[in-house]
Amino acid sequence: MADLSTNFIGIKSPNPFWLASAPPTDKAYNVERAYEAGWGGVVWKTLGEAGPPVVNVNGPRYGAIWGPDRRLLGLNNIELITDRDLETNLREMTEVKKRWPDRALIASIMVPCEEKSWRDILPRIEDTGADGIELNFGCPHGMSERGMGAAVGQVPEYIQMVTEWCKQYGKLPVIVKLTPNITDIRYPARAANKGGADAVSLINTISSIVSVDLDSFSPNPSIDGRGSHGGYCGPAVKPIALNMVAEIARDAETRGLPISGIGGVNTWRDAAEFIALGCGTVQVCTAAMTYGFKIVQEMIEGLSNYMDEKGFETIEDFRGMAVPNVTDWQYLNLNYITKAKIDQDLCIKCGRCHIACEDTSHQAITSLVDGVRHFEVMDDECVGCNLCVNVCPVENCISMVPMATGETDPRTGKTVQSDYANWTMHPNNPMATEAAE
Amino acid sequence: MTSTLESGDVRAGRLSSAEYAENFSDLHPPLDRHEALVEADRCYFCYDAPCMNACPTSIDIPLFIRQIQAGNPVGAAKTIFDQNILGGMCARVCPTETLCEEVCVREVAEGKPVKIGELQRHATDTYMARNLPHPFTRAASTGRKIAVVGAGPAGLSCAHRLARYGHDVVILEAREKPGGLNEYGIASYKSTNDFAQREVEWLMQIGGIEIRLGQKLGDDFEIEDLVKDYDAVFVGIGLPSAYALDIPGSDLPGVESAIDFISRLRQTEDKSTLPVGQDVVVVGGGMTAVDAAMQSKLLGARTVSLVYRRGREQMPASRYEQDLAAANGIHLIFNAMPSRINGANAVESMTFDYTTSEGGKLRATGETFEVPADQILVAIGQWMDADTGNLQASGSKTLERSAANKSPAPYNKVWVGGDCAYGGEDLTVTAVEDGKIAAESIHASLAG
Ligand SMILES: Cc1cc2nc3c(=O)[nH]c(=O)nc-3n(C[C@H](O)[C@H](O)[C@H](O)COP(=O)(O)OP(=O)(O)OC[C@H]3O[C@@H](n4cnc5c(N)ncnc54)[C@H](O)[C@@H]3O)c2cc1C
Ligand SMILES: Cc1cc2nc3c(=O)[nH]c(=O)nc-3n(C[C@H](O)[C@H](O)[C@H](O)COP(=O)(O)O)c2cc1C
Ligand code: SF4
Ligand code: SF4
Ligand code: SF4
Repeated sequence: MADLSTNFIGIKSPNPFWLASAPPTDKAYNVERAYEAGWGGVVWKTLGEAGPPVVNVNGPRYGAIWGPDRRLLGLNNIELITDRDLETNLREMTEVKKRWPDRALIASIMVPCEEKSWRDILPRIEDTGADGIELNFGCPHGMSERGMGAAVGQVPEYIQMVTEWCKQYGKLPVIVKLTPNITDIRYPARAANKGGADAVSLINTISSIVSVDLDSFSPNPSIDGRGSHGGYCGPAVKPIALNMVAEIARDAETRGLPISGIGGVNTWRDAAEFIALGCGTVQVCTAAMTYGFKIVQEMIEGLSNYMDEKGFETIEDFRGMAVPNVTDWQYLNLNYITKAKIDQDLCIKCGRCHIACEDTSHQAITSLVDGVRHFEVMDDECVGCNLCVNVCPVENCISMVPMATGETDPRTGKTVQSDYANWTMHPNNPMATEAAE
Repeated sequence: MTSTLESGDVRAGRLSSAEYAENFSDLHPPLDRHEALVEADRCYFCYDAPCMNACPTSIDIPLFIRQIQAGNPVGAAKTIFDQNILGGMCARVCPTETLCEEVCVREVAEGKPVKIGELQRHATDTYMARNLPHPFTRAASTGRKIAVVGAGPAGLSCAHRLARYGHDVVILEAREKPGGLNEYGIASYKSTNDFAQREVEWLMQIGGIEIRLGQKLGDDFEIEDLVKDYDAVFVGIGLPSAYALDIPGSDLPGVESAIDFISRLRQTEDKSTLPVGQDVVVVGGGMTAVDAAMQSKLLGARTVSLVYRRGREQMPASRYEQDLAAANGIHLIFNAMPSRINGANAVESMTFDYTTSEGGKLRATGETFEVPADQILVAIGQWMDADTGNLQASGSKTLERSAANKSPAPYNKVWVGGDCAYGGEDLTVTAVEDGKIAAESIHASLAG
């Protein structure tokens, strides 16, 4: 049985599944239910300064997009940081940590970008017994307009400065939570690194308008006929998060900087992918908000089953294993040639592969053979693009089969080469360093 | 109600009013919006969709389902009506299990087709319930006059398509209500709440169609008259006469044609006034037989036996319908043919011979059995007894579909379609398609 326990920058938890700072972690009641359900850790809903707390809208805060059967694919919110009093939060955090010493408890913080504000709050957090702090530089709405959240996260100098304050005035490990609402995620990550951050976590939500009401012509969620952009999360954002995680994991400056992966983790498989790209823990929000805390059971069991099957005893055994395989397009092997192949026993003859390839790609799939409805790939037209695989409703019905060295590609008439040749060496590339054959 | 039926233990009022209401309500209650959306999500939007090719009227099924899924049931209904103006009735009565749903790729993949028929009903019902303007506008009048004989699905479909093209249509119908078997034949639990009449009224909104009731070809007018007065003629008179049994005892009180039984049932609002036997025997193997058996049972008969002379596989009623009958407690008996009806003054029982088939020919085995019965419903087929004058007939049953308008003048002005035309399956939807094809052909011939 695989050991899922993690030690992330000195913070121990029985498994890598943490709840991200969000409504599921807003108060003791939710957090204790989460721990009971099996979550390894929580990042408490972001705390603000002492004094009157922020207020939320009193109308709808969420919007969504759905896949078939109204499966929630993307969630958008216009919620702010905690709207509960700081003292209440700190008292509850203290009590909860006492009752659940083996679980990770991280305090998420967002206070104004002034040294005093940070210096004042850090000892208060330490008093709760929390294991670490996460700096929320990500919230893309409401707080950013007050010079906090994403407004800080978009300026690398501010990130470095605040991180330095936290390291200087506080004793707890510092996780810097990054906003994806920037052009190149490596800059804020490098800044956090320079400021002495123990880790980064990402992504926070992505600025978004989720839909427009076509009767009232207001963006959704609509507050009295008007809407503002919100933050987007859920399964739809996972690809964006994975890429940003990979960018940091393979950047020369930030390589090895611990990462807590966030964004669209919905099953054990998503979590394993983040871990393979180097993350030490993952954080989850939307999946819990969609299905409740019980989903962690599937995540724990699924991950442990996968690790057993692969012979990985600990998370460290496979953490980061995908990082060396992430490269730039120009280094991809152009001598690797694949052809789509349809398993006729699995094919249900819906014809989607045909029409996708016929209308929008390379006219490489039949629809009729000898007058009979039949879908088959014509190797002499197939460029191996994988579109048909992606549109086929039956899993594994179409596979991409690599051609063996020495075979002739019927599309180009050329022999498949065994050597690795990429764009930097290609004759069509005016900047080619050494021409391939 | 015929007095002949008040014999043996044939009587009305066997059930409570709640039971009647329950038994004669919708077989499949309509999908609500949520159910329709869940079901629509299952469709793969297939290329050259098999379902669409299996639909006799070629409705663009993937398109209309996608329209439902995208929150546009009104557009979905238009897609349907464009190919099949009786899409509402067809959604209720089509044996989808042998048409579109049989070939749905999800039937192939999982044994669970997309519920195309129920989605079609959702779309068409939504359209009609919203009292929207008729989906089609009539082209400018062409001044051409066309006679349509018979207001069944074939005639109505033909008339509507012709009216769309701006022709003036007169429908001559023998009975007192339009609709054909939609009104008089279809099982009551498939078409509830007077749907057949509502659909005819809705279809008539296109304008340019006049229906004359009580006008019977052969009695009130002849084809020759129509050919003189109109630019073209469409004949869609169905198969109005039922074959009778010709065995000893078949004239005993208690023996009746299933078609007459169903037609009376369809025209009776209060089902508790309908007499039905304690033990009912239905002879036949088609939709009419199954419907008669089902509805006898629903009226409260204690036992209902459905006796078919060949094996299960040969039975024209689909497996789905056979199972529906069996699930409702109907006893299906195969490979048996009627030999005698027994009884002193009324039916008491019926004797059958077991059959075997040799080279397709049926033969009695010599073994017999007897089934107690106080009511016998005969559903062994229909034929066309109308006097169609010089229209070329194929045998006694049907008119030659192609012969009519290829005949020498003036019969080259006559088109034939629906059940009365030779060949093809006798279904509502095929009748609709026949009417549509004939209308296109008539329109083309008038334009040319
Ligand atoms: C009991 C029963 C159940 C059925 N159930 C189904 C079902 O569930 N699904 C399905 O798809 N199909 C079913 N069918 C078959 C379907 O009803 C027919 O195929 C369809 O109605 C044929 O349409 P039509 O227009 O050709 O004929 P009809 O519907 O028979 O219409 C013919 C019209 O012509 C009129 N007419 C007849 N003679 C004359 C004349 N001499 N002059 C003027 N008018 C005349 C008739 O009164 C009638 O209105 C069923 C049939 C029966 C009998
Ligand atoms: C309603 C809502 C409120 C959130 N509030 C916070 C917050 O206060 N602080 C924070 O750092 N992130 C906040 N987030 C972002 C989440 O912590 C997380 O980064 C994001 O939702 C991506 O993860 P997911 O795809 O699993 O939901 C919030 C997200 C949601 C949906
Ligand atoms: S891989 Fe691309 S080109 Fe080849 S058959 Fe599939 S869709 Fe067509
Ligand atoms: S998309 Fe898949 S199931 Fe559909 S026809 Fe192509 S191979 Fe067959
Ligand atoms: S065959 Fe089935 S899945 Fe395909 S388009 Fe038709 S209804 Fe949809």
